[in-house]
Amino acid sequence: MNDLQNRIAALATSGRLPDGTSYRRISVEDTVRLSTAFGVPGRDVEIAALKAGTTPERYVRNMKTFSLDEQIILLRSRVGIFGLGGLGGAVTEILTRVGIGTLRLIDGDIFEDSNLNRQFLSTPDLIATSKAAAAAQKVRQINPSIVVEQYNENLNDSNALSLIENSDVAVDCLDNVPSRFSLEHAAKQIGSPLVSAAVAGVSGHVTTIFPEDSGLELIYGESDRRPLKGVETSLGCLPQAVTLLASVECSEVIKILLGKGDVLRNRLFFVDLVSNTMDVLQLLTVS
Amino acid sequence: MQKYISIRLFATLNRYTPDTADSYPVRPGTTVRDLIDQLGVPLTEVKLIFIDGVKGDIASALNGGERVGIFPPVGGG
Repeated sequence: MNDLQNRIAALATSGRLPDGTSYRRISVEDTVRLSTAFGVPGRDVEIAALKAGTTPERYVRNMKTFSLDEQIILLRSRVGIFGLGGLGGAVTEILTRVGIGTLRLIDGDIFEDSNLNRQFLSTPDLIATSKAAAAAQKVRQINPSIVVEQYNENLNDSNALSLIENSDVAVDCLDNVPSRFSLEHAAKQIGSPLVSAAVAGVSGHVTTIFPEDSGLELIYGESDRRPLKGVETSLGCLPQAVTLLASVECSEVIKILLGKGDVLRNRLFFVDLVSNTMDVLQLLTVS
Repeated sequence: MQKYISIRLFATLNRYTPDTADSYPVRPGTTVRDLIDQLGVPLTEVKLIFIDGVKGDIASALNGGERVGIFPPVGGG
């Protein structure tokens, strides 16, 4: 590893941010070259660079929000993205660009024509092909430093635990209520925080659930009162709402991983773009 | 004495919004269930109720001055 650090030091150059801040940097091209030469994931090259005070240039615009140590935390994290449709496609792209080191991508479905209005991973040439494969390919194209774990499976009660294993945070991007509860149950069992979003039309909501929280029951009710789906069965899902809610999910994931900022535990971030209503609602009733 | 509340009905429930949504008259003690009946919203289409930003339920009583939000179930991705 010392040899890697020496090579990073030799390749690093000086840069200057628009506000005048100077920094040491390493390019995407050099990161890829060192990853190949040393036979390690690009993520590991980036962590070694950050430890030496050198910023991988692809993350330089993160720098005023994350410290070098915080970028290392993100690169050392594993996030499970459950469902790779509208929410999951946008979540995958955002977390890839921000630099989450390991992404576990889970979806057993294939693309259909009706996905094209909102699912960023879908293109006409990918119709009838795997969503998980498309997501993995997209991550590699955008940020080859990221380690990808691809699962062409739909989550159910019997595989939930093995799919969520070792995730630092799980992101619920699923499209039906029973699967959301299966995921929540597994997340609670392994002690993982869960960020959950749901969309219908141009409305939707996001919440964050820690293992000890009541969670989805506060939204969907007890098991005998839960619907299988919501009103998206009549309203559909529109991309402007899907991507907005995916962004809020990613913001929650990053804050959980870094342990800073206000997260949506026992609260519901709600948005409705018809009336431009945005609110954070308390899910626990005051007794 | 007549009091007033504001009502927001979201997504599929938006079509039940009364013209007087910003200043809807209620008698103190009216429950959310009474309100839902008055508006003609099928109870089976209601999932979440918020009163002044805090989760309530159909038995919650309204005394005037509240902001009431009523949501159908949302589950798409």
